[in-house]
Amino acid sequence: MVNHDDVRYVAGLAKLKLAEEELDRYAVQLSTILNHINKIAELDLDGVEPTSHVLKLTNVFREDEPQSSISQEAALANGPEVEGNAFRVPAIVRK
Amino acid sequence: MDYEPVIGLEIHVELSTRSKMFCGCRVEFGGEPNTRTCPVCLAHPGALPVMNRQAIRYLGRIALALDCRIPERSIFHRKNYFYPDLPKGYQISQYDQPFAVEGGLSVNVDGETATVGIERVHMEEDTAKNIHAGVSGRIAGSLYSLIDFNRSGTPLVEIVTKPHIHSPQAARSFLNRLKNTLQFLDVSDCNMEEGSLRCDANVSVRTVGDQELGVKTELKNMNSFRYIEKGLSQEIERQINMLENGERIVQQTVHFDVVTGEISPLRSKEEAHDYRYFPEPDLVPLVAAADFIAEIRGEMPELPADRARRYVSEHGLPEYDARVLTSDRELSDYYEESVSLYGDAKTVSNWIMGELLAYLNNAGVTAGECRVTPTALVELLGMVKSGDISANIGKEVFTGMCETGESATAIVQRKGLTQISDTDELESLIKQVIEENPSQVEQYRAGKEKVIGFFVGQVMKRTGGRANPQVVNRLLKERLAE
Repeated sequence: MVNHDDVRYVAGLAKLKLAEEELDRYAVQLSTILNHINKIAELDLDGVEPTSHVLKLTNVFREDEPQSSISQEAALANGPEVEGNAFRVPAIVRK
Repeated sequence: MDYEPVIGLEIHVELSTRSKMFCGCRVEFGGEPNTRTCPVCLAHPGALPVMNRQAIRYLGRIALALDCRIPERSIFHRKNYFYPDLPKGYQISQYDQPFAVEGGLSVNVDGETATVGIERVHMEEDTAKNIHAGVSGRIAGSLYSLIDFNRSGTPLVEIVTKPHIHSPQAARSFLNRLKNTLQFLDVSDCNMEEGSLRCDANVSVRTVGDQELGVKTELKNMNSFRYIEKGLSQEIERQINMLENGERIVQQTVHFDVVTGEISPLRSKEEAHDYRYFPEPDLVPLVAAADFIAEIRGEMPELPADRARRYVSEHGLPEYDARVLTSDRELSDYYEESVSLYGDAKTVSNWIMGELLAYLNNAGVTAGECRVTPTALVELLGMVKSGDISANIGKEVFTGMCETGESATAIVQRKGLTQISDTDELESLIKQVIEENPSQVEQYRAGKEKVIGFFVGQVMKRTGGRANPQVVNRLLKERLAE
């Protein structure tokens, strides 16, 4: 069972701020998901390799040929804040 | 109490592919910010990564050169964390199924060869570049940061050693050896100033004989091997002092200030890492089948140790020469080109190990940056061999070539340094010298043959060192015997 601390921790990792009443709701929802996944553990999985990918494909490569990039203007157009030729972000480490 | 440092290194190498790891944007250093980006390396919604084949080949070269085992199958993972230089909110990296494991690189420390174990070699992508605005240019205390995504997605190989290194000096030797190997592999320019080779060091101390590892700290992003050595020494001293005073060492990242030489904690707030790795669904597994590995093996450039062996067996060089010449990729290439132009390997080696290295060390430039090219050196060697100039004058000419970039012929002509082998010209000089020094002549004739050196010196002095010593010797002996 997922408790409030678990929800707070996961929310912190995802940079989400949750209200008190949301903690209850998400604790229940996350528990339901985990319980569902845990169903698999009821099966006999001896000798079954973990599945990392569902496709049978391997080694999909591209050749090392440079392609054209988008313009600086187009790149910066998506930045919430821009200064000169760069994206601008708030101070990374707060005192 | 006697303490033993335990050091493990993590090295990041930017590969010198033409395009990025997962998109076709060009890989270059510098340039106008944010001009080599696209939806993939800017993490626009829906953009999908596709692996660069050449990057995997380079990765294979590194793994083989480090004697690693390459499991048949490796996969990519997402390493999740928030940082402004990481647009996706995760870095594509490898986790529990890396490309290569269990290797080693032998290193010479204090005249003894020891193998440093390699834990793993894996593929990932580089982040964007942060420019911290503020007084110090450092992250702490900056007001805001600017981000340039040109570097975002550059192929990056991480090499992790086992904690097999027991002194800062050994760490430096290992790094030198590794860098040299990478340069011979042609996979990276290894330019530390430009960040294409970066190193983090984990260090702890324990009492000698202890099997358990102590609490470690991490020195991050050191950009020169000299600073790594200094920083490690400093941190080891700090840890020993703490233990002696009965204090507990805290696991944390520390910063070594190269100016003050002081160690300070860094990023303490961000220490609680939980990367929630999971398999990258956008990239299919990488299968290193036998034929793929064989193909990479077939493309492997010659490694320093192999070159050194060839210099001994095929060029007839002493082992010492071979080792020095292969200690640096550019130096080794310089030597090879000179030998292919000139032939006489030992003469070339003598000049490179003597004159060229002395100049390079003094001027702080690399063999590739030196103004005297192999072609120019070989022209000079030809002039010495033919007797146009003496070997000593040749050295003087070489210095001039380094300083001005002129050719040997130009300097010899300008300074009038051609060797005098002309018998008539020398005869008259010798006659003068003999006439002016009757007492030395008497000594010589009385059997004191060493005095010949005095006469040779006199002739040399009058010709500014340009007289051919063999000819002078022969003529002097003839005249003095009369």
